Amino acid sequence: MSALTRLTVARMREGLAAKRFSARELVSAHIAAVEAARPLNAFITETPDEALAAADAADAALAAGTAGALAGIPVGIKDLFATRGVQTTAASAILKGFRPPYESGVTARMKAAGVASLGKLNLDEFAMGSSNETSAFGPVVSPWRAVGSDAKLVPGGSSGGSSAAVAARIVAAATGTDTGGSIRQPAAFTGIAGIKPTYGRCSRWGIIAFASSLDQAGVLARSVEDCAILLEQMAGYDDRDSTSINAPVPHWSAMLNAKLAGLRIGIPREYRMDGMDARVAALWDEGIAWMKDAGATIVDVSLPNTAHALPTYYIVAPAEASSNLARYDGVRFGQRVLPDGGSLNDMYAATRAAGFGAEVRRRIMIGTYVLSAGYYDAYYLKAQKVRALIAQDFEKAWESCDLLLTPTAPTAAFGLGAKSADPIAMYLNDVFTVPASLAGLPAMSVPAGLDAAGLPLGLQVIGRPLDEAGVFNACLALEQRAGFTAAPVRWW
Amino acid sequence: MSVNEKIVARVASLARLALKPEEAAPLAGELNAILGWIDQLQAVNTDAVEPMNAVMPITRDWRADEVTDGGIQADILANAPASAHGFFAVPKVIE
Repeated sequence: MSALTRLTVARMREGLAAKRFSARELVSAHIAAVEAARPLNAFITETPDEALAAADAADAALAAGTAGALAGIPVGIKDLFATRGVQTTAASAILKGFRPPYESGVTARMKAAGVASLGKLNLDEFAMGSSNETSAFGPVVSPWRAVGSDAKLVPGGSSGGSSAAVAARIVAAATGTDTGGSIRQPAAFTGIAGIKPTYGRCSRWGIIAFASSLDQAGVLARSVEDCAILLEQMAGYDDRDSTSINAPVPHWSAMLNAKLAGLRIGIPREYRMDGMDARVAALWDEGIAWMKDAGATIVDVSLPNTAHALPTYYIVAPAEASSNLARYDGVRFGQRVLPDGGSLNDMYAATRAAGFGAEVRRRIMIGTYVLSAGYYDAYYLKAQKVRALIAQDFEKAWESCDLLLTPTAPTAAFGLGAKSADPIAMYLNDVFTVPASLAGLPAMSVPAGLDAAGLPLGLQVIGRPLDEAGVFNACLALEQRAGFTAAPVRWW
Repeated sequence: MSVNEKIVARVASLARLALKPEEAAPLAGELNAILGWIDQLQAVNTDAVEPMNAVMPITRDWRADEVTDGGIQADILANAPASAHGFFAVPKVIE
């Protein structure tokens, strides 16, 4: 691991501006790190040539004084973002070989700002998973290992390639998407920071759709400041996305302020669940003390419908997924399976059965069932109503507090295969992240400590709609006090 | 509301997912486990609640009704498994 790969994005920008190293040197060091880290299986497609071309363009722009805000910064792109001419798979066999003729709104903005993309990062198939084990390209292995063990651990999901790559210091930052926790939970599992902004902040145009009313792009990086630097380039109005928010994007990285005097931090009592991991509970208490130390006032709040969030999510998300994934029919793009002498209907059914993995098929089945005649009111309509109650819980909480502090995930990372046999046990990973997703709120995870096995744990801050600035500030205060410097010890 | 193999077959047909006969029983078990878990929502009182279908209140501006893109037939067909004469090609549907 070279010294260049350990820098934050902020230090990379300073080093490039001061000509201490070139973008080509910076990107080359990362390309070497990516090649050396193939045992992690973090990338589906590597694009070193594209990265070097972007580095050379960045060096020229830096010399000419025309460089964008992210010129020469080596990043990875979750393989759910369409990238022009570069294979985009959603980690599904059904999209193997798909080369979009267009660029997603978010990655177009990043490339206009000068990033050097090292390639497309692995994920759970169609972002459906919490451990990155459902990928058709094989699971991602976390760079972390428990003390004294060489057992393989999951990097979280669905943005598991993103979290593993950032934590392993093979990219400086990575895009992610978060539908029910898919940025925050993997960030927590790998000791890095990750933010899901307000629903609508980042364009969904060109992001392969999972659950459209929940999907939101965000960033994983190694510091709160780096997340702010990336997100302010990724966010912004896009008239090609009907739910894009037409509001100015603040210059978040210039507004960072860890003094929280006058702010009220709510502690939702329903998140302190029976049988909660003792170390997670203790870390949450430490976080409360850090917030007080930063000048904030702590307020006890109630979010009474918290327990209903997961079942609500597992109706709404599969329902929307079953509709979104109807487009994979073997006609316009992707793989086609045509049985001998088969009809058009046989082709649809055979293509989809062969192209989708078990978890995706399971969710399509659940979604189709809850939307089907006779069950729509009992499941889907009911879930939309409970979703309204969950959103109202947050609105009520904002009357007495400005931000919420919770753990990010109920445990540290688990072993590869440990939860694969039980879908519901896997779904419970998202118990603390799903409520904010259902309400469309900005939420961020920061690394805050280690468990007894030496594995990272995260704390989550949730904010009001469009208050990413408040979320960043509270996370900065936590980051400064947690002093989290642990990094995975290289074994790959 | 227990899901049996017959319902699994019907839902799979609606979802255009080919199902091998031996897959129906295990899938019925999995779906019942998940549906049994989400059934807890039935106990929540939602009598006076409007269903939520948009998390952020957004009103869209109207734009002029004019063509803003097009002329990219080759791009659109580039990823098609089969195409002919500038169209997507599928198995014959009319005898």
